[in-house]
Amino acid sequence: MSFWSYSIFFAVIALTLYITYWAAKQTRTASEFYTAGGSLTGWQNGMAIAGDYLSAASFLGIAGAISLNGFDGFYYSVGWLTAYLVVLFLIAEPLRNLGKYTMADMIGSRFGAKKVRGAAALNTITIVLFYMLAQLVGAGALIKLLFGIEYWISVLIVGVMMLVYVLFGGMTATSWVQIIKAILLMAGTIIISFLVLMKFNFNFVGMFDIMRTATPHGESFLHSGVVYKDPIGLISVLLALVLGTAGLPHILMRFFTVKDAKTARSSVVYAVWIIGIFYVMTIFLGFGAAKFVGRDAIIAENSAGNMAAPMLAGVLGGDPLESFVAAVAFATILAVVAGLVLSGASAIAHDIYAEIIKKGKVTEKQQVRAARLAAIGVSAVSILLALGSEKLNVAFLVSLAFCIAASANVPTILFTIYWRKFNTTGAVASMLTGLITALVLVAVSPNVINPVEGAAFFVGEPLFPFVNPAIISIPAGFIAAIVGTYIGAKRHEAAEVAYAEVRFKAETGYRGAEG
Amino acid sequence: MNKADNAAKRKNPLRTDGQLDYERLIETDEFKHLVKKKKHFFRPYVIAFFAIYLMLPILTGYTSILEARAIGWMTWTWVYAFGMFVMVWVLTQIYVKKAREFDKDVEHLLGKHVRK
Repeated sequence: MSFWSYSIFFAVIALTLYITYWAAKQTRTASEFYTAGGSLTGWQNGMAIAGDYLSAASFLGIAGAISLNGFDGFYYSVGWLTAYLVVLFLIAEPLRNLGKYTMADMIGSRFGAKKVRGAAALNTITIVLFYMLAQLVGAGALIKLLFGIEYWISVLIVGVMMLVYVLFGGMTATSWVQIIKAILLMAGTIIISFLVLMKFNFNFVGMFDIMRTATPHGESFLHSGVVYKDPIGLISVLLALVLGTAGLPHILMRFFTVKDAKTARSSVVYAVWIIGIFYVMTIFLGFGAAKFVGRDAIIAENSAGNMAAPMLAGVLGGDPLESFVAAVAFATILAVVAGLVLSGASAIAHDIYAEIIKKGKVTEKQQVRAARLAAIGVSAVSILLALGSEKLNVAFLVSLAFCIAASANVPTILFTIYWRKFNTTGAVASMLTGLITALVLVAVSPNVINPVEGAAFFVGEPLFPFVNPAIISIPAGFIAAIVGTYIGAKRHEAAEVAYAEVRFKAETGYRGAEG
Repeated sequence: MNKADNAAKRKNPLRTDGQLDYERLIETDEFKHLVKKKKHFFRPYVIAFFAIYLMLPILTGYTSILEARAIGWMTWTWVYAFGMFVMVWVLTQIYVKKAREFDKDVEHLLGKHVRK
């Protein structure tokens, strides 16, 4: 580890800790802890959404995937960006209008039953744990590679940092860590992209000609199908990407940090531009790494290609740039895991403890205390899981999280807002069916059972052919919602009144007497 | 609930216990008009972007027409993908512009029926 690495690495840590210290002074109430008191402006929240969303999977994962597989890696960029149209057109404003701290609040605003909120909280916790495990294991491996620190120490460093942000600074600190990370990530990516383009003589079209012969894939590098040979499998992955975002609890939670639906809307607009520009630049990261680092060198460092971006930075800008990009990757992981801890803690402390167990009868002090304890619990569990999972292939954990979000959360969120007949039975049926279908299908998919030795936990023929089960589990979630609703229809007459209120508030943003 | 009750409520959306009568509010002309306008405007866009998005894997998975060269060695696959980016940005701006109009309708509605 060089002088540059040390200084940039510690500068990032010092800056984020200073922010946490500043944020801690203004984090007293539950609302401040969970949502920064709804005080963020449109651009701040837009940057924070980008910071929360552009995880290590986006930065390191897509760059690596494009460098190794060409266009097939770019599907992630297309899918994850288009997902924001779903969020903007269907979810963002009604969600802000109906919820308070969590996604379950919004569903609970229509269905008072404890089991509905319980199912929503269960989904949140499951998604958060899978997503977090992927980030922590990835972080451990990354820091081990970059700085030569042992895996378990790396995981502990990241784990303790994320807990410190959330515990002391709540959503205010988490948001600002995400904003700073978004700025660092964009700066790093713009510098690398510029250098790559310069190497290609600023000839964007000519770059494709050079890439045609730069990799062992030849012309196939420029076409779809290097990885996704089966069209149904490809459609399944793309469905999970485009619908999953709208059900990710840590992304949805960000919409409660602004004061109203108009600000939620403008924050999505900022996020769409930042995220979109970033994803365009993933082409330069991927092509640059394939051309100037080379496939063999990338695979030698990490077989999934995760080190392609930092390696490219090293080739283009030497030690200072590589250290800067490594620090960016570190900040990226910290920002994402902090957001995850917060949304996991809110599901436990707000949904399960305050609303279900205490029936909403808790003081501000008890709420915040419960939230801090839950944050410690979520962090401890995920650190322990990560410590035991060093050898785990983590790529599928992120796609599983997206798949559960799309299958278990999205049908219920959409029907809660838009379907008059939807009821408690439909909501619970949909959330549990989506969750269980996704989990079971992944458990019997090639991620877990694979004929190639060492590729998964067990050797053998998978019972389910596709890596991503979205094409089955998303329809299952929707069908369960519809079937459940009709089965339970007779028992839920009072729901009409609740729907009228939800419908009116969702469309107008009217918040009752205080609004 | 009989018609006389309904007529009485039409004059005053507030219930006697101070709660708003949301069942009546969503039946007001202004609200129905707003929902209809939103639906008419947004639905075609939502259907269109899903269709355009899912056409990409269908075209690349089942046909090879996107493998032809478009500009130099940039194939139609890439042009289509870049087109998706442009589509996302354009639809975002369209949404924002239209949503501002709906904000005015909401203000009018709330002013007329809620904040008297």
